[in-house]
Amino acid sequence: MSRKSRILLAALWYAGAAGAADLTLNVEIPNLPVAEYHRPYVAVWVEDGSQTIAANLAVWYQLRGDHTKWLPDLRQWWRRGGRDVKVPVDGLTGATRPVGQHILKFDAAAEPLAKLKPGKYELVVEAVREVGGREALRIPFEWPIKATARGSAQGKTELGAVALTLNP
Amino acid sequence: MKLSFLRVALLSLSLAPAAGFAARAWILPSQTIVARSGGWVTFDAANSDDLFSFNQGAMQVDALSVTGGDGAAVAPQNLAKGKTRSSFDLDLRASGTYRVAVAGDVVMARWEEDGKPKRWRGAPTEVAANIPANAAKLEVEQMQRRVETFVTVGTPTEVKGVGTGLELVPARHPNDLYAGEPARFRFLLDGKPAKDLAVEIIAGGTRYRDAPAALELKTDADGMVTITWPAPGLYWLDAEIQDEKATVPGVKKRTAGYNATLEVLPQ
Repeated sequence: MSRKSRILLAALWYAGAAGAADLTLNVEIPNLPVAEYHRPYVAVWVEDGSQTIAANLAVWYQLRGDHTKWLPDLRQWWRRGGRDVKVPVDGLTGATRPVGQHILKFDAAAEPLAKLKPGKYELVVEAVREVGGREALRIPFEWPIKATARGSAQGKTELGAVALTLNP
Repeated sequence: MKLSFLRVALLSLSLAPAAGFAARAWILPSQTIVARSGGWVTFDAANSDDLFSFNQGAMQVDALSVTGGDGAAVAPQNLAKGKTRSSFDLDLRASGTYRVAVAGDVVMARWEEDGKPKRWRGAPTEVAANIPANAAKLEVEQMQRRVETFVTVGTPTEVKGVGTGLELVPARHPNDLYAGEPARFRFLLDGKPAKDLAVEIIAGGTRYRDAPAALELKTDADGMVTITWPAPGLYWLDAEIQDEKATVPGVKKRTAGYNATLEVLPQ
């Protein structure tokens, strides 16, 4: 089985496994042909029209040693509210991830999505890499989930494909 | 010690801009946004026309004042005075916005005594003791100046007005500036809106371009200007006012100046 179809199957399994509505995200960290590679810091959040964080979904940074000093390099996340987050936070922060596909799934009825008011939002994925660059991708969506909805964005430098699936 | 700074800085900065030998005064932070865990930030302070290359003279930092978001003073460390710049480190730990400022308020006087020219410079409180009440041909002027920059650890805190001299009270936080986004700043003189004030903003890296490319703005009736940052980078902000509203008894003429170093980030 190809890697892509395995990922697809995994995504389908994730999507179909739960009875409750959910938001599923597939984030690709690309393989980069560089001499010095460090895994990127990544932040995933939901933003409303006021450009503030409506829900923090994931923050990946180097946990070993004190490397929180580089969190402001996730520039958009930082200014939109990351600077108010006292890391580490259970269920939010975690270690940096390797190259590949990463599936994140969030129950629509549980924190942090449960508190979202009906309206238009953007899902934002921002990645920044030591001695590398920074990239942020945005996928608009509407809340609450009424029908299955999909959105995607394609990164060019620090991120690969990002796919959002909303399951009612 | 404070006066020695003021003599040099105020003389060179405020008295001589028209003559062309004034140098721009700036304090340059090594970073303006610091993670919640805090950290060391290093500053260079210099008087030089090239922004931000320290190639003219060091700024005296004896009057340096650093205050955190809670108003508490922070002591500079590793203070060093070189030929072309002063530098110091700050160990910033508590969350909030730090104001790093060199501010001065001095009176300068010239008069004649028995046909001989006399000069005096000193603090406003010492005017009466040093300038004879019946001094002949007395010329006296108050010089106020503030040179500052801002650094935020974690969550920004409000930058409050000082209430004296010319100052910037930001509506948009000075550590929340982004290219292409408008920022509104209010200028106050003696704590009141400074209207029709000319404000000049110059991007750093002047050595690497032919034109200064200054943004020339003017405050409205509320002392407000709106700046839309053309590009990311470090900027130097300059404003100066000359009036007859000195705050020292017996003095009319006053020059009040303000300079800030601001960092604008990419989107």
